[in-house]
Amino acid sequence: METKPVQFKHISREESAGYDSKTLDYIRNAAAHGLYEIRGLGAKRKLPSFDDLVFLGASLSRYALEGYREKCSTKTILGTRFAKKPIELDIPITIAGMSFGSLSANVKEALGRAASEMGTSTTTGDGGMTEEERRSSKTLVYQCLPSRYGFNPDDVRRADAIEVVIGQGAKPGGGGMLLGQKVSARVAKMRTLPAGIDQRSACRHPDWTGPDDLAIKIHELREMTDWEKPIYVKVGATRTFNDVKLAVHSGADVVVVDGMQGGTAATQTCFIEHVGIPTLAAVRQAVDALEDMDMKGKVQLIVSGGIRSGPDVAKALAMGADAVAIGQGVLIALGCNSDSYIQNGVHHPAAEGYAALGTAAGFCHHCHTGKCPVGITTQDAILEQRLQPEVGAKRLRNYLKTLNMELTTIARACGKQNVHHLEREDLVALTVEAAAMAHLPLAGTNWVPGSNGY
Amino acid sequence: MENLNFDMAKNSLRELNQFLHHDAKNGKVSKVTVLNPDGAHNIAVGLDCPIEIEVHGHAGYYAGGMNKLATVTISGSAGTGVAENMMSGKVHVKGFASNGAGASAHGGLLVIDGDAGLRCGISLKGGDIVVGGSVGSFSAFMAQAGRMVICGDAGDALGDSLYEAVLYVRGNIKTLGSDAQIEPMSKTDLAAVADLLTQAGIRHDPNEFKRIASKRELYHWNVDANQEY
Repeated sequence: METKPVQFKHISREESAGYDSKTLDYIRNAAAHGLYEIRGLGAKRKLPSFDDLVFLGASLSRYALEGYREKCSTKTILGTRFAKKPIELDIPITIAGMSFGSLSANVKEALGRAASEMGTSTTTGDGGMTEEERRSSKTLVYQCLPSRYGFNPDDVRRADAIEVVIGQGAKPGGGGMLLGQKVSARVAKMRTLPAGIDQRSACRHPDWTGPDDLAIKIHELREMTDWEKPIYVKVGATRTFNDVKLAVHSGADVVVVDGMQGGTAATQTCFIEHVGIPTLAAVRQAVDALEDMDMKGKVQLIVSGGIRSGPDVAKALAMGADAVAIGQGVLIALGCNSDSYIQNGVHHPAAEGYAALGTAAGFCHHCHTGKCPVGITTQDAILEQRLQPEVGAKRLRNYLKTLNMELTTIARACGKQNVHHLEREDLVALTVEAAAMAHLPLAGTNWVPGSNGY
Repeated sequence: MENLNFDMAKNSLRELNQFLHHDAKNGKVSKVTVLNPDGAHNIAVGLDCPIEIEVHGHAGYYAGGMNKLATVTISGSAGTGVAENMMSGKVHVKGFASNGAGASAHGGLLVIDGDAGLRCGISLKGGDIVVGGSVGSFSAFMAQAGRMVICGDAGDALGDSLYEAVLYVRGNIKTLGSDAQIEPMSKTDLAAVADLLTQAGIRHDPNEFKRIASKRELYHWNVDANQEY
C-alpha cells in the first residue's frame, strides 16, 4: 500500500523565528564570500532608549516658565577641573568625532561652519586635523586615537581641547576601519599609508596600557599644552560604571560616553549589533560613577550614541549629562539617506546612486563603500561635490537650532531657567526595561526596579 | 648663547617644560642640563625649537615625547614611550629604554644604546630608531614607515602587520609577526644601515644585518574572497 506524508497546509509556508529570511540571507552570504559584513550606521535593532522616558511637566506642584519668552540658559562649560582654558559653548549640543577620510573635506568644513555659528564644537577623527576643519571650526576638539594617524604636536597646540579616544559605542574594543575605496591619495598621505589599502586602525594605544599609564599620558598632554586645554576621555559604553571611574582617576576633565546606538562609517555588523550597551543604560552608570566619586559637576559628562532630537538632548541632560555629542543625526541633517542632493540651489535625484549600491534612500548604510549618493561619506572627486559646505552648514545650523529650541521648550515646561537644571525627578519611564536601566520610576508608580528590594 | 642648569630637586617639571616651550624659543639658551631627574615623567615633552637637552640620570615615561627639532640626551635609562610621536630632532638614551620606545614617531632619530622593552617602534610613521642592544616582543607592530636598526636580538612577533617600515636585525629573531618576512639586503639597505649606525655612533658591519619588510598580504581584507563591499 502506498503511504503519503501528511500535509498540513498552515505550516507548509511557516517561517522559522530562528531561521527567518534575514538569518538565511546572512548564512548564505557567509557561505558565498567567507567574509563578514561591514557597514555604516549604528545598531539597527530595537533598544531601550530615551524614547522610553517622558518628562513630568510643571503643574500645581511645580511652576512653569513661559515657553517663548522667559530666559532659559543653554550655556555649557566643559573642562573646569584642571584646564586653564575650559571650553565655553552656547549650546550643550556638540558635533561628535568623525574623521576626514570617512567624511569628505566639504562635510568637515560644513560641520565647522555650522558649529561655529551656533557656538558649539566639532571634533576631528581618526586621520588627523584638516586645514578646512581648523579654519572653519571656532572650537575644535582634537582626538588622540590608538592609531595616531596624522597625530601632530602642532595640531595639539592649535586645538581647543584634546580627546583621548579609548573606544566608540559602535565598536567598543575595536579599532577604526577605512576601506580601500576611501583611502585616497590625500587620506593616505595624512595617515602615512599606501593609497588604496584597507586601513584597519589599532584598537589599543601604542604608548600606554592601563589606567595608571593613562594618567601619565594625560599628564604628558597637559605638560605639552601648558595645562591650558581640557582633556576629554571617550569610552564606548560597556562596563561604564568602572570605566568612568577609571577615566576620572586618570585625570580627565571631561568623560565622553558613547552608547551602542552610536554610528560608524565602517564596522563589522556583528560588532555594531552585539557589543556594547544602550546609551540609556550607560548614562545612568556614568552619572552613578561621578556621584560615587563626588565628581558630579567637577568632571563634565558628554553623552552620545543615538541622540537625534531635542527631547533626547533634554533627557540626557536630565539624567545628569552636561552635554551631548551627535554624529549620525548631524549627517542626516546634511542629507544622509535623503532621496536628493542639492547643487546650485537645485534638488537632483539620488535614486540611481542608491540603486547602484543595492539600496534605497532611507535604508542606506553604505558609508564604507565611499560611494555615498549624496556626497557625504565619500572621497570621490565627483560625489563630494554633491554636498556644498554652505548648503550643509545651513541645514546643520537649522537642525541644531531646532534641537536647542526643543530643549529649552521642555526645560521651561519643567520650570527651569537653565537647561542644566533639568533633573532626574523630571523624568519617568514608560517600560519596565527603561525604568530598570535608568533607575527611574515606571510612569504612574513609585516603582524603580531594583530599588527597595524589588 | 648660554648653558643653563635645571635642578629638578629644586624646580618643578612644570617650570622646566614651561621654560622649554616659551623662553627657550628666543634662542638665547643653547643647552639645558637637567639634574636630578629621578625618573620623573614627561621631561622635555612637546619641544619645538633646536635646543639641546641633557638629562643627567634616569627619565620616566614619555621623555622627549612629541619632540620637534630638539636634541635630547638621557644619560641613564628611559621609561615607557620615550620619544613617542617624535616629529624631528634626536633623542638619545644611553641606558635602556622601556616599552613603546619611539611609538608612532613620524620623524627624527631615536638612539638607544642598551636594550629596548616591548613594542619598540610600534606604529612607527617615518621616524628612525637604532637600538644598540636587543628589542622585546611585538616590536615594530603595525609600523607604517621609517626604519629600525636592531643590533642585538628581537623577541616574538617582530614586525607584526607591518606596512612600509623596514627593519634591520643583526642578531636572532625569536619569531616574525604575521605578514613580516626576511628579504635580501640590497645596496640601498646596506647604505641605510651604515648611515644610521654612523648617526647613532655605533660600529657594526652592515653586512651582518637582515632586512625584514611586509609581505603586504594584509593590505586588503581577503584576496580570495569575492568581496561585495
